[in-house]
Amino acid sequence: MRFFLAALKRDLLLVFRHRNDIINPLAFFLMVAVLFPLGVSPDPAFLSEVAAGVIWVAALLACLLSVDGIFRGDYEDGSLEQMLVSPEPLLILVLAKVISHWLVSGFCLAIISPLVAMMFFLPSEGYLALILSLLLGTPTLSLMGAIGAGLTVGLRRGGVLISLLVLPLYIPVLIFGAGTVQAGAMGLPIQGYLALLGAILVFSIMLAPFAIAAALKVSVRS
Amino acid sequence: MKKKMPRWFYQLASPKWFYEFTSALLPWFSAAAILLLVTGTIWGLVFAPADYQQGNSFRIIYIHVPASILAQSCYVMMAVAGAIGLIWKMKIAHVVAGACAPIGASIAVMSLATGAIWGKPTWGAWWVWDARLTSMLVLLFLYIGVIALNSAFENKASADKATAILSLVGLVNIPIIKYSVEWWNTLHQPATFTVTAKPAMPPEMWLPLLVMVLGFYCFFAVILMSRARVEVLQREKRTDWVKKVIQNY
Amino acid sequence: MGYFSSVTDFLQMGTHGLYVWLSYGIALVIFIYNIFSAYWLKRQYFINAKRRLRREQGTV
Repeated sequence: MRFFLAALKRDLLLVFRHRNDIINPLAFFLMVAVLFPLGVSPDPAFLSEVAAGVIWVAALLACLLSVDGIFRGDYEDGSLEQMLVSPEPLLILVLAKVISHWLVSGFCLAIISPLVAMMFFLPSEGYLALILSLLLGTPTLSLMGAIGAGLTVGLRRGGVLISLLVLPLYIPVLIFGAGTVQAGAMGLPIQGYLALLGAILVFSIMLAPFAIAAALKVSVRS
Repeated sequence: MKKKMPRWFYQLASPKWFYEFTSALLPWFSAAAILLLVTGTIWGLVFAPADYQQGNSFRIIYIHVPASILAQSCYVMMAVAGAIGLIWKMKIAHVVAGACAPIGASIAVMSLATGAIWGKPTWGAWWVWDARLTSMLVLLFLYIGVIALNSAFENKASADKATAILSLVGLVNIPIIKYSVEWWNTLHQPATFTVTAKPAMPPEMWLPLLVMVLGFYCFFAVILMSRARVEVLQREKRTDWVKKVIQNY
Repeated sequence: MGYFSSVTDFLQMGTHGLYVWLSYGIALVIFIYNIFSAYWLKRQYFINAKRRLRREQGTV
């Protein structure tokens, strides 16, 4: 546990040193969302109908964009190799990295999402659903994305590749996440949706760290 | 995990044995594939009755359904072979997994194309966001990811392991994806008419379908073995037995 | 012959001839593609391998 906290603290410190890593995904999130009214229509009726989907797609892309760098810095300066040979359990280390990534991407996205929701005229009943679904859904995105990042970290052209690997895996989270917001906006109960998102999250927390650790071992030793 | 496996398991792991074994199997599977596919096609196109609702466009089922089944089981096979390769460090399993990916992707394309064409007379549009078609599209994306990852590595051993991990992750996700897509589909278009869910198909309709499914599997086995054999030769090119094979070719 | 009364009837498939034949055509193309790509892999391999073997034997 102490090791976990130390690893988490180290990663967060590194992130806070380059603040751009926090700002960039958020700016990206806002810009993608803005493209829809510009590209399709600024009609409030239309926007409030597509709000759930657009916000979720934008959040998903922002997560995907930032997850690519989750192991890259450590890989390039060699500390990832050190971590793999260190006696500390790799699973805990991986989990700490994913959580720190989530804190600077998914968590911040959930916090600023009401701003975008307002610009999209989301009915006020949907705000809680939006924040809760993002809070429950984006950790899964970080976990799945970290598998892709682990597999591609040793490759020079990882950028496009990681989206090919990870986007299909993001589909269930997108469907249930956007579904939660739609149900919430219509004033329907959302507990069932949140339970599904939570189940997917628990499932990924149990399995994804093994896949990430295995992926890192393959990437570092190649 | 590493408990003792029967002898054939280790024999299969020997590249030379694999090559000789598949040499013996290939003619049989090729003959079976040709026989089954020709019989099934003629039976399905000429002798099977038309569907009372869909008319003759129903005959597309004899390719669409076998292709869908094969595309899915090919992914399962690829992931299982990858897992065997990871757990028992068996190179042949990785070779088989690598050979599965391009075949499975092409069969998934077949399933999508025939499904879309079938959609035109049935639903009046070339593409409908039907749950099965959408799931198949996601499966194709999973195949594309596996192929892209496999070709991105220069080192064969890393490529093997990385693709095995990715296909296992995909395999675990497939049920979740299918479930979510089905749920999404019922949410957005309630009670669509699903083409393949027939309440009761008479034997003269499903028997040719069965023949076609078996034929597709045999065809898959033939192509899989041929691809895997070349890959085995490629990987073992320094050994004496491969040199002998090359000289005798 | 079978379900159909004549060859033109068979080719037209009611009104669905285009769809049925297009589907079977695509299936055929993909089958042929698979056969050819497997065959091509093998051919390329043996051409290269024979060349390599000859070169190695030539130098020894």
